[in-house]
Amino acid sequence: MSAAGASHEAHDAHGHDHHDPHDGTAYHGTMKHYLMGFVLSVILTGIPFWIIMGDVFRSQVTAAVVVMVFAVAQIFVHMVYFLHMNPRSEGGWNMLAAIFTIVIVVIALSGSMWVMSHLHHNMAPMPAGGHEMAPADTPVPVKPSHE
Amino acid sequence: MSASATADIAATDAAMQGPTPGRDFYVRGEHHPENGTLLGFWLYLMSDCLVFAVLFACYGVLGRNYAAGPSGADLFDLKLVAINTGFLLASSITYGFAMLEMQQNHKGTTLFWLFVTGCFGAAFLALELYEFWHLIHEGATPQRSAFLSSFFTLVGTHGLHVTFGCIWLVTLMVQVIKHGLIPANRRRLICLSMFWHFLDVVWIGVFTFVYLMGSLA
Amino acid sequence: MTPAHQAPESVLFGRLSLEAIPYHEPILLATFAVAALGGIGVFAAITYFRLWAWLWREWITSIDHKKIGIMYMILGLIMLLRGFADALMMRLQQAIAFGGAEGYLPPHHYDQIFTAHGVIMIFFVAMPFVTGLMNYLVPLQIGARDVAFPFLNNFSFWMTTAGAVLVMVSLFVGEFATTGWLAYPPLSGIYSSPGVGVDYYIWALQIAGVGTTLSGVNLIATIVKMRAPGMTMMRMPVFTWTALCSNVLIVASFPVLGATLALLSLDRYVGTNFFTNDLGGSAMMYVNLIWIWGHPEVYILILPAFGVFSEVVAAFCGKRLFGYASMVYATVVITILSYLVWLHHFFTMGSGASVNSFFGITTMIISIPTGAKIFNWLFTMYKGRIRFDLPMMWTVSFMITFTIGGMTGVLLAVPPADFVLHNSLFLIAHFHNVIIGGVLFGMFAGIYFWWPKAFGFRLDPFWGKVSFWCWTVGFYFAFMPLYVLGLMGVTRRMSKFDDPSLQIWFVIAAIGALMILGGIAAFLVQIFVSFMKREELKDETGDPWNARTLEWSTSSPPPPYNFAFTPIVHDLDAWWDMKRRGYIRPTEGFIPIHMPKNTGAGFVLAVIATIAGFALIWHIWWLAVAGFVALVATAIVHTFNYKRDFHIPASEVVETEDARTKLLAARA
Repeated sequence: MSAAGASHEAHDAHGHDHHDPHDGTAYHGTMKHYLMGFVLSVILTGIPFWIIMGDVFRSQVTAAVVVMVFAVAQIFVHMVYFLHMNPRSEGGWNMLAAIFTIVIVVIALSGSMWVMSHLHHNMAPMPAGGHEMAPADTPVPVKPSHE
Repeated sequence: MSASATADIAATDAAMQGPTPGRDFYVRGEHHPENGTLLGFWLYLMSDCLVFAVLFACYGVLGRNYAAGPSGADLFDLKLVAINTGFLLASSITYGFAMLEMQQNHKGTTLFWLFVTGCFGAAFLALELYEFWHLIHEGATPQRSAFLSSFFTLVGTHGLHVTFGCIWLVTLMVQVIKHGLIPANRRRLICLSMFWHFLDVVWIGVFTFVYLMGSLA
Repeated sequence: MTPAHQAPESVLFGRLSLEAIPYHEPILLATFAVAALGGIGVFAAITYFRLWAWLWREWITSIDHKKIGIMYMILGLIMLLRGFADALMMRLQQAIAFGGAEGYLPPHHYDQIFTAHGVIMIFFVAMPFVTGLMNYLVPLQIGARDVAFPFLNNFSFWMTTAGAVLVMVSLFVGEFATTGWLAYPPLSGIYSSPGVGVDYYIWALQIAGVGTTLSGVNLIATIVKMRAPGMTMMRMPVFTWTALCSNVLIVASFPVLGATLALLSLDRYVGTNFFTNDLGGSAMMYVNLIWIWGHPEVYILILPAFGVFSEVVAAFCGKRLFGYASMVYATVVITILSYLVWLHHFFTMGSGASVNSFFGITTMIISIPTGAKIFNWLFTMYKGRIRFDLPMMWTVSFMITFTIGGMTGVLLAVPPADFVLHNSLFLIAHFHNVIIGGVLFGMFAGIYFWWPKAFGFRLDPFWGKVSFWCWTVGFYFAFMPLYVLGLMGVTRRMSKFDDPSLQIWFVIAAIGALMILGGIAAFLVQIFVSFMKREELKDETGDPWNARTLEWSTSSPPPPYNFAFTPIVHDLDAWWDMKRRGYIRPTEGFIPIHMPKNTGAGFVLAVIATIAGFALIWHIWWLAVAGFVALVATAIVHTFNYKRDFHIPASEVVETEDARTKLLAARA
């Protein structure tokens, strides 16, 4: 993710771009590519559904992890075969933007869950079962928010 | 950048040492910068990714707060979800066929495959609406618990995107019928294809994280 | 103010009724009278001078990035006056409300003022200033004729303005939020804030946020795709680099704000339980999410200011910027690190030692690249021939002020210290120290520096210096007392105090605010005086400062097409390089220039969005639905317009360029 990396990618790409029209209508799909992606994604969708619907694993943690791995693999397949991601498209900027976004998404997702689990853990127990409280008839008195 | 300009730079860069009186300061003739539409649209998709990241984060944090109400294991009908996933996957490949036909400059078949894609999209939406209607009918409304709030919002936002995708698809079909596969329309078709496949990617996250993992009571 | 929510909702007007007009509030009534008179005056003047058609043709529908940039700056300036009026009212209230005295602002009104002040200053002053500067400069600096998506640019501007309009409307119809500028639930939830205030807040930011995100996409695509031949990434001007990073942050953070506010509005409108107290909701999740946007936001503002200072220092020291590459790397590192520090805004919420230490350390790390930048500027000045013109004065003032602000920031980054200083006036002093001393001083430096480029005449230095000294001295008077008060434990957002020994500090702060008022007034006087003396201050060269980057190679103001021929870049500081190598301006062989065409679609869409937002705020459901349908329909209709560009005929280019040739010859 360095600036120099970005500039090099951008610079190199000019060499590859010469055969493309510059009006943004270049498109690189092939039938083989699409069918390949389709078959792979059907398999990668089918297996996790089968794992959960058929109760294949006794341990739920194992099942969750395996299903997640399949999801990551399938996202990868979709990016390559349907979104035609490759290090060269748009001079590498597409790839760079995607990597940056994935990093930010991972930070936001895992960070939120980490922070919130600690907050949850440290919180004083709430009356009447805390989070599993039944709906209150009257509005809950409001504490001033702090920043 | 145009080929001539690149050549100019190569020439002038080679002569970098010392003063060069004949050195070019500007492009003689018209300079066409590259079209930025596809990159711009890709950047928009990346920003959309962050919207979904927030919704996933909410589901991740709040998704077990059932408030003594129903859980995912109680509610989800995985057969329905599997069928819906099938619709979306099928629509992906048919959109791919439309793009291949566009490459061959076949207007009629492009339109045909776009139409098929739109039908799959509509079927997906219909099934999702049925699922929502069913849940609400059972009392599992978005107001019932934080889990249901985040479930409906995440899945609903994806559905809303598919809805706009369908509206856009119809608009584009009209434009292709009217003007043919001109460069502007090709660009738009490529943008919509990115949008459509991007929604597939989000759906992978939804069916895995929400439906499959949520069914592991 | 009016408890509008208690009125029954009608089908036609929702909860909007005459009750919503605050005619029993003398302060608001007077403000309204002034605003109305001013508005009528402007309206009458435009009509009298028959300027409506000109305004529509040349500005409102313009897709010229230069005009849009200028409009952003005007928006920022107008909103600065509003936001500063709020600040002055708060300072006055806090200076007098002691020992049983109530002051002149009732608490409910005071709460709206500090909320509006924060929202306006960040979203509608700092953001438009920064976006305006980037809009104006980036295409010129990279040798392009416009941005990548000119229509989108116009649309983005009008969406930002629509948000500002909604905030202004809240002054006279209904009320604004009383929640503080980030509207934390449960205070901003429907139980505690049932009125329209939070809804104004939500929809103003939501609409403006769409504009901001799209302008971010636009400028990134512009920088990536439209650089002049030869301008590699490492030959880009530093300002363009900081603009790129700032826009990357915009695209990767504003959606988070939008989504979070959308969830808050679902809680308020639909009754979901994301951030509520019951049924499993978690208000802390809102705080967590909003700061995932909020921290990058401060870097969105400061990075372009850093870019301005870099350009100014290089130009006014007559030297190449010291450590260009390190400056670029520092900017990129800040961009990424800014996503790893958000929790330092809520250390006290209770995440515990491990989480707090992690975020404390990342926060301290982020000060390292920032420090590196300060040294780069200092080393650029070292042995340079420094010209102490106004932009340079602002830069020096910035370096001192910002360093103090940065140091108090590092203090706050230590979690145990933060437990003491959190929510106190120390924090207020800290962020004003970096935002005024960093962003605002940067914007003033930028305005003085690039004003001659935009308008063809320089700004009067005398009034500029008056403004500069008022601002700088006023800043220290206004905010240093707040550090003291914060250390003594005074919390923020209080409308009155008991301890009379504190009063003197608030009085000093109020005097400081009055000095800043003098600074703003002098700035306005400066613009007026300079306009009157525009012949005397005229810049005919296009390069009044003997500067370094490509925008100074054009005439002042630049022609609509910016460059008759696209420049070829051979080195960093392209214009300096051209001057050094004996650049000769092309005077013949002009060809027609391909340009985008003006369109009113962006303005129309923003007007519809404003109406739809207003309808949602007041629960006028039919109008909200109609507005939404109209929005989608207008957007679709706009896509059927394929004829979006035209050619400026060669004869017109020849005419423009020949006029400049004559001007330059007359000078020589």
